[in-house]
Amino acid sequence: MNQNRSMFLLSSLVLGFAFLYIPILSMIVFSFNESKLVTVWGGFSVKWYGELLGNRQMLDAAWLSVRIAAVTATGAVVIGTMAGLALARFGQFRSRTVFSGMVTAPLVMPEVITGLSLLLLFVAFAPLPFVPDSRGFSTITIAHMTLTLSYVTVIVQSRLSTMDDSLEEAALDLGARPAKVFMLITLPIIAPAMVSGWLLAFTLSLDDLVIASFTAGPSTNTLPMMIFSTVRRGITPEINALATIMVAIVTLFVVIAGITMSRQEKRRQREMRAVAIGT
Amino acid sequence: MANPSYLALGTRIISGIDKLLSTVIASSPYRWSSGIVRRAGLTGRTLVIAVPWIWLLLFFLIPFVIVLKISFAETRWLGSPPYTPLLEWVSGQYLQIKLSVGNYLFLLSDSLYAKAFLSSVKVAAVSTIICLLIGYPMAYAIARAESKWRNTLLLLIILPFWTSFLLRVYAWMGLLSNRGVINQVLMALGFEPIVMLQTDFAMYIGIVYSYLPFMILPLYSNLEKHDLTLLEAAVDLGSRPFKAFLSITLPLSKPGVIAGSMLVFIPAVGEFVIPRLLGGTDSLMIGRVLWDEYFLNRNWPVASAVAIALLLVLVIPIMIFQRYQAQEAAGAMKS
Amino acid sequence: MAARPEERKAPWLDAKAQPYIRIEGITKKFGEFVAVNDVSLNIYRGEIFCLLGGSGCGKTTLLRMLAGFEQPSAGRIFIDGVSMEGVPPYERPVNMMFQSYALFPHMTVEQNVAFGLKQEKLPREEIESRVADMLGIVKLGGMEKRKPHQLSGGQRQRVALARSLVKRPKLLLLDEPLGALDKKLREHTQFELVNIQERLGVTFIVVTHDQEEAMTLASRIGVMNQGYIVQVGTPHEIYEFPNSRFVTEFIGNVNMFEGRIVEDEPDHVTISSDELGGPLYVGHGVSAAPEAQVWAAVRPEKMILSREQPSFEYNRASGVIKEIAYMGDASIYLVLLDSGKTVRITQPNTYRHADDRLTWDDRVWVSWDESSSVVVTE
Repeated sequence: MNQNRSMFLLSSLVLGFAFLYIPILSMIVFSFNESKLVTVWGGFSVKWYGELLGNRQMLDAAWLSVRIAAVTATGAVVIGTMAGLALARFGQFRSRTVFSGMVTAPLVMPEVITGLSLLLLFVAFAPLPFVPDSRGFSTITIAHMTLTLSYVTVIVQSRLSTMDDSLEEAALDLGARPAKVFMLITLPIIAPAMVSGWLLAFTLSLDDLVIASFTAGPSTNTLPMMIFSTVRRGITPEINALATIMVAIVTLFVVIAGITMSRQEKRRQREMRAVAIGT
Repeated sequence: MANPSYLALGTRIISGIDKLLSTVIASSPYRWSSGIVRRAGLTGRTLVIAVPWIWLLLFFLIPFVIVLKISFAETRWLGSPPYTPLLEWVSGQYLQIKLSVGNYLFLLSDSLYAKAFLSSVKVAAVSTIICLLIGYPMAYAIARAESKWRNTLLLLIILPFWTSFLLRVYAWMGLLSNRGVINQVLMALGFEPIVMLQTDFAMYIGIVYSYLPFMILPLYSNLEKHDLTLLEAAVDLGSRPFKAFLSITLPLSKPGVIAGSMLVFIPAVGEFVIPRLLGGTDSLMIGRVLWDEYFLNRNWPVASAVAIALLLVLVIPIMIFQRYQAQEAAGAMKS
Repeated sequence: MAARPEERKAPWLDAKAQPYIRIEGITKKFGEFVAVNDVSLNIYRGEIFCLLGGSGCGKTTLLRMLAGFEQPSAGRIFIDGVSMEGVPPYERPVNMMFQSYALFPHMTVEQNVAFGLKQEKLPREEIESRVADMLGIVKLGGMEKRKPHQLSGGQRQRVALARSLVKRPKLLLLDEPLGALDKKLREHTQFELVNIQERLGVTFIVVTHDQEEAMTLASRIGVMNQGYIVQVGTPHEIYEFPNSRFVTEFIGNVNMFEGRIVEDEPDHVTISSDELGGPLYVGHGVSAAPEAQVWAAVRPEKMILSREQPSFEYNRASGVIKEIAYMGDASIYLVLLDSGKTVRITQPNTYRHADDRLTWDDRVWVSWDESSSVVVTE
């Protein structure tokens, strides 16, 4: 009985991970394919990487996307942290229900709706003087911030709600003013949550096609928009190479973060064990 | 948790900021202006609520009002913007309100839209169920794995999520196309190749593949919290392990199931990229219909009406999701 | 036990003494719920005052109002003659030791203790020497560079104590200071806490739900129930002369006999009680109307258990032993009286071997001295 159960769980894990990783692996393998026919193996080659690096348009689009993602992530962390603080620390304020509804709705809102509604907003307000004349960097960034600040809010809020409230009260009690309490106590404790919120917002922004397509002007092309218009015409080895580079970067990041985190966890546990034995 | 050297650096930066702040606070222009701010009743607390509030009001709530407004306008083929205004000063005398329900009537009259809605809901629902069937055993296996493996397994679930969604969908084009990897294997084994790309089958695979992490993560975080002694108690009281699972674990994991299902179902209904890249040209998904109305037909009022209708379809699942979110937040605060 | 009685002064008995902390008619409402109801207290310099009560009795809310985390709905608080109205927590001469200790997880022991002094912008040398002194007092020398998660529960408790004392507050508030420690450590820490308090002369207000903790720590105890202070007194007064059924039952174990006053003289009263099945004789006067319903309370350790019938006619009843719990130093007997009431009696185990040991189902007499019972009216 038990044997059967663990066999079932193990095989569901193995099959599940195969399902998740085989497409990515095949993409990586074929990025090193000599042949122009994407799925027919014609020998090992890195020529598609060379072509990719020579593709001026693709590089420009990538640079634009990175810039948008960096500004988006920074803005979303600032505003999202405020929203998380308000929801986790301010108890019942008058507009709380509407506020928390507005914060969580973009998490699940279909992208086509968010994209269309923001576009119509930008068009409707275009005649106003303070609105940017042409749609592009700024409109995409505003749209992405709106989408991603919800994710930051949820992450920061959950970190705050597991944090002992009396830490902040203790700092007040010891003579620190509220703004200082935030800087010295709250901020360092939620900093890891803000970092992961920033990374998540960066990734989501870098990855978004639909909202960017709606809010971009005719002359603006982000990386996903470039990829989309390329792959719509079919599979190309160049995109395989691009995908491999992106997977490699992300994997490197995530693995380093994972190793650091687990090392720390281990050290922390070792120290706590040492205390337990010592007393 | 962050590592100590990073924290030391952080503390140094913070103490620097602190010094800077106290210098600024001590300087008279700040004191002068903060006095005004305080007299105006603006506190730090108000500011912290106001900034995200105003942002969301401007870029989340008002856009919906505009979509709603345009959905009641009439299409104006030549002109910018390509729709008629709702409010008009008729010969400078009085304000005329023109509300047109024509776009909604059009959605009802053309069976294309109804079909698109129905098939979107069906595709999303079936995908959600498949995600649940694949995701539940995986989440369960990870939650019950030895603790030293748990983080690694979880990392492997999250890893694809951090890589480009578009490129992951694209990867399936390489696998499923007529001369793709799967058909190559089939032909090498002596089978006939199968047409898979640009079918509903490919679309289901794409949706399940892309949204599976969204199902597994909430399920895992729920299952991981379960008190295992409950199961032991059930077995001790004479229940067989599978029965114990059905009567203890499954009901307790309901919040995780609901959250995961909503996180898959809601965005899947409005999905655009996957039907466009993997589905057939005849695949009727509402996200794609909306996209085409806007980008190909330039029919803004109908696109807006489609968006409002889609929102109405999704309002109940979204409310379920939000109630669950609020409950989870309250639960987290209690513990 | 905490301090030698001859050393301990009793300023609350001195009409000329000025209270150090004055709480005047404090009320706190949360919506409809009244958490603290018209509480007035005078607390004197150098006291350890315990607020004792069950969960939800308002003791923590009262403490938080003293710290400044909650604003009273009505009433005023004075510390050393200064009104605390509108004074934020960071400007009060009050520090608090939190139940969870609230040690800043990203700071070392040293940084935690120095935090409050840094807020006062003291010179670095002074901060360093005061932190070192304080860590010496709480016996944490050598732990300066550790982080909170590298400390045991007892060590964390001492860091929290050091951090709140290093600012030399006029008043230290302690929220269940020993609640998170195990039993052995708790006893040890109790005495240490009292020693430190006497050495530094700081006034303590301690919130606790543990009556034993209150008894050993306190100079005086304020018992709280449903937002009210129901009795204020020394531990001895609270235990031996409770003023109500609530206090009697909350502090220690007690046997209660419901009855009516039949004879009311200045030096004694007689009470008839169906629950006892005979008359009760109390060796002091009671301020209650004749025929009034009263309760006579007798502590289990003040009852005598014997096979022989007592010579006096009152304060006695016969019954059958139903349960015996052997505790080592003493045994607890549950005796079912003929009236149908069960009473609890504690008898010390003075001898290792008793030839005539009482056992289950033995018929026995329960009795007590006329000065051993307390009569309460509400």
